[in-house]
Amino acid sequence: MVIALILLLVAIGSVAFHFWSPWWFTPIASNWNYIDATIIITFVITGLVFTAVVGFTAYCVFRFRHREGRRAAYEPESRKLETWLAVLTAIGVAAMLAPGLFVWSQFVTVPKGASTLEVVGQQWQWGFRLPGKGGRLGTSDNRYVTPDNPLGVNPNDPNGKDNIIIVGNDLHLPAGKPVKVLLRSIDVVHDFYVPEFRAKMDLMPGLESYFWFTPTRTGTFEIFCAGFCGIGHPQMRGKIVVEDESAYQEWLKKQPTFAQMSSPSDKGVQAASAR
Amino acid sequence: MSDVALGAGGTIPPAEVEDVELYHPKSWVTKYVFCQDAKVIALQYSATALAIGLVALVLSWLMRLQLAFPGQFSFIQPADYYQYITMHGMIMVIYLLTALFLGGFGNYLIPLMLGARDMVFPYVNMLSYWVYLLAVLVLAAGFFVPGGPTGAGWTLYPPQAILSGTPGTDWGIITMLASLILFIIGFTMGGLNYVVTVLQGRTRGMTLMRMPLTVWGIFTATVMALLAFPALFAACVMMLLDRLLGTSFFMPAIVAMGQPLNYGGGSPILWQHLFWFFGHPEVYIVALPAFGIVSDLISTHARKNIFGYRMMVWAIVGIGALSFIVWAHHMYISGMNPRFGFFFATTTLIIAVPTAIKVYNWVLTLWRGDIHLTVPMLFALAFIVTFVNGGLTGLFLGNVVVDVPLSATMFVVAHFHMVMGIAPILVVFGGIYHWYPKVTGRMLNDVMGKFHFWVTFLGAYAIFFPMHYLGLMGVPRRYYELGDAAFVPPSAATLNIFMTVAALFVGFAQLVFLFNLIWSLFKGNAAGPNPWHATTLEWQTPTTPPPHGNWGKQLPVVYRWAYDYSVPGAKQDFIPQNQPPAASLAT
Repeated sequence: MVIALILLLVAIGSVAFHFWSPWWFTPIASNWNYIDATIIITFVITGLVFTAVVGFTAYCVFRFRHREGRRAAYEPESRKLETWLAVLTAIGVAAMLAPGLFVWSQFVTVPKGASTLEVVGQQWQWGFRLPGKGGRLGTSDNRYVTPDNPLGVNPNDPNGKDNIIIVGNDLHLPAGKPVKVLLRSIDVVHDFYVPEFRAKMDLMPGLESYFWFTPTRTGTFEIFCAGFCGIGHPQMRGKIVVEDESAYQEWLKKQPTFAQMSSPSDKGVQAASAR
Repeated sequence: MSDVALGAGGTIPPAEVEDVELYHPKSWVTKYVFCQDAKVIALQYSATALAIGLVALVLSWLMRLQLAFPGQFSFIQPADYYQYITMHGMIMVIYLLTALFLGGFGNYLIPLMLGARDMVFPYVNMLSYWVYLLAVLVLAAGFFVPGGPTGAGWTLYPPQAILSGTPGTDWGIITMLASLILFIIGFTMGGLNYVVTVLQGRTRGMTLMRMPLTVWGIFTATVMALLAFPALFAACVMMLLDRLLGTSFFMPAIVAMGQPLNYGGGSPILWQHLFWFFGHPEVYIVALPAFGIVSDLISTHARKNIFGYRMMVWAIVGIGALSFIVWAHHMYISGMNPRFGFFFATTTLIIAVPTAIKVYNWVLTLWRGDIHLTVPMLFALAFIVTFVNGGLTGLFLGNVVVDVPLSATMFVVAHFHMVMGIAPILVVFGGIYHWYPKVTGRMLNDVMGKFHFWVTFLGAYAIFFPMHYLGLMGVPRRYYELGDAAFVPPSAATLNIFMTVAALFVGFAQLVFLFNLIWSLFKGNAAGPNPWHATTLEWQTPTTPPPHGNWGKQLPVVYRWAYDYSVPGAKQDFIPQNQPPAASLAT
C-alpha cells in the first residue's frame, strides 16, 4: 500500500523536479541548438515511458496486492502483446535515434570555409595556434617541444613561421564564423570543453582530433578540461572571447607569430630540431 | 497462450552417468577454510566482497563530504579525492558486484537450482576464491604503499595513469594492475566452472528451457565475462610493461612537465578500446545476473509465473551478444574517427529493445498477480524504478550527438550509478533477504529489513536523480572542487550538500543491514525449508541449510519449468519443479 503510493510519488516527483528545479542548460552560444532539441525530444519520450512504467507498477502493486483468498492468474506468455510492445519500443527508439544521427552527420561534416584553430593541451594549461597570413598551420610534433616552442611547432616547416601562438592568454574568436578546431596534446588526455558551446572533444596524445562549431553570441566564455588529466584537472581553465570581426582583427594583430617567439633564442630551436 | 507446454509433462531421460562421489572434508580446515563445497565458497566470496565493499562505501562518504564542503576537511587533499574515486569505482564494479553476483550468488545457486551436488570442478572452484582473495589483498595493499593507491580514475586511462601528474604512480598503479590480473585469473577458474556446470551438471529433466532465469542470467554473464576479461587482462599486462620496463604500448612521444620522456610510437586510444571492449560487457556482466535474480524474486513473491519466459531468455542472450558491439559509445569524443559514431549509436540504441522487453515482462508479471510485499519484493520493485530511470538516461548517452554535451559531466556519473550501481545493488539486497533463510535456516529481521529498504531506496534516488541535472547544466565530473564557474548558480552548492546528507543516511542504513545479517544468524525466526513457497529446486533440499552434496541419497528429478505458480486446479499456489505431474493435482 505505502509502496504503491511512494512509487507514484517518485514518478510524479521526478517530473515535477524536472520542470521546477532551477538547474537546466546554460544558455547556448553556438550553432548547436539541434543538440539541445534532440535532448528535449529524448526527455519527452523517456519521460513518458518512465512515468508510464512506474505509474503502471504502482497501480499493479495497489490493485493486485495480497489479500486473504486472492490467487494470481496463470498466464505464461502472450505473443501478441509482447510483439506489440517490442514494435512500439522500436518506434520510440527510432524517434530518438533518427534526429540524433541527422545532427551527428552535421557534426562530423565541417562546412567549407571554416577557419582553423588548433588547441594544444598540456598539464595544466591551454595553448592555441592560428594560421597566419599564409593561411596554413605548420606541421608539429611533441619532440619539438621546448620552453621556447611550447606547442612543438616544426621549426623547419616554412608554413609554421607565420602561425600565431597563444599560450597562457585568452583566445579570441569572431562571432558568426564556423571554426574547425584541431586538437592535440603534449602529454595526457585532455578535453576541450566550453559548456555554452555544447560541443566538446578529447585531446588525445599521439593523434589529432577535430570538431567544429560556430560561436553565435559575443561574450567571454570559460574553457574547462573535461578529460581527467591528473591532479590539476579542475584548474585547467582558459577563456574564449567571442567578439565582432573588427575587434577580433584588432586583437589578432597584437599576437606574436611563431617566428617572433623563437627568434630571441635560436639555440632552443636548434637543440629541438637536432633531437 | 495455452499452446505453450511450459508446465508439467515431458519425458525424463534416464541418468547418463553415475552419481559422483564428492571429496569429503576431513578436518575443520578443509570444511570451512580450504573448502571445495560451492556453498561455502559462495559465502567466502560474499563475505570478502561485502568487506571490501564496505571500504568503497566509506570512500563514497569521503568523496561526498569533499564535494559538499570543498576545502573544509584537512584530511581530504586533492590527491586523496582522486584516490577515493578510483578505488571506489574499481571496488564497486569488479571486486564487489562482479564477485558477489558470479562468485557469491553463482556459486550458491547454480548447483542448487540445477539439482547438482556441486560445481563440476570443486578444487578449481576453491582455488578461484583464494586467488580472488589475494587480488583483494593486493588491491587493499594499495592504501599502504608509498604514495598511496592510484588516483587515475577507475578507467585508468594512459598516459596519465603512469605519469607523475597523477597520484599513486609510484606503487599504486602497479598494485592496481597486479590485482586486476589476479582477479581475472581467479575469475577464469570460477567462470569455467559455472559454465561447464550449467551445460553438463544439470539433473535429469532440467532442460535449458526449464532453468530459472537466475541461472540464465548468471550463466550468460559468465560466458560474457570469459570473453571480455581477456581484453582487460592483456591491457593490464601491457600497461604494466609500459610502467615497469619502459615499453610504449600506450605511450606516444610525450613531454610531461617540460621533460621529454623516453616513450614514443604507442597509442593511448588503444587502451580505451581494450578497456571498453571489456568495460561495456562488464555493465551487463553485472546487470544480467540482476535481471535473472529479480525475475525470480518478482515471480515468487507475486505468486505468478514470470511473464514471457522464453522471450526473457532470448532477451538475456540477445543483450549479452549485442553488448560486445557497443563499446565505443564510451569513446564518442575520444578522438577516434567520429564516423564510427553512426554505427555505435545504432547498436547501442538497439539494445534498448530487448532491455525494454524485460522491463515490460517484469511489470506484466505483477499484473493480475497476488503481490506479497515482502522485503525481497520491495527491493525488486525499487529495482524496476531505478533501472528504468538509469536505462532511459542511457538513451541520452548512447545517442551520439546527445552524448557530446553530456559526456564527462555529472550526468554520466548519475546515469551509471543509477543503472549499474543502485539497481543491481538493490537486487543484491533483495537476493540476500530472499536466500538468507536457505543459507542459515533463519529469516532476516523484517523491521530492520524494511528500514534498510526505505532509507536505501529513497536515499539513493535522492542522491542520483538530482545529480543528472547538475550534469545537464554542465558540471564536469572528476573535479575535486568546481571553484568559480560562471555558468553554475550558487544553488548547486546547496544541492551538493543535500546529496551528501542523503549519502550519509544511505550509508548508515547499510550498517543496520550488516547488523541484521549477524543478529538474525542467532535471533532470527526459524525459516523452515521453503518459507516463500517457491518452486525452484534450492527450496526443495531434504535439509536446510543444505549439507555438502546438497541432496542426500537421491538427486532430484525435474518435471516442470521453474514458474508453476497459481496453476489453475492445483491445490497450492505453487508446484515445485521436482513434483511429478500426477502428484500436483492431488496435493
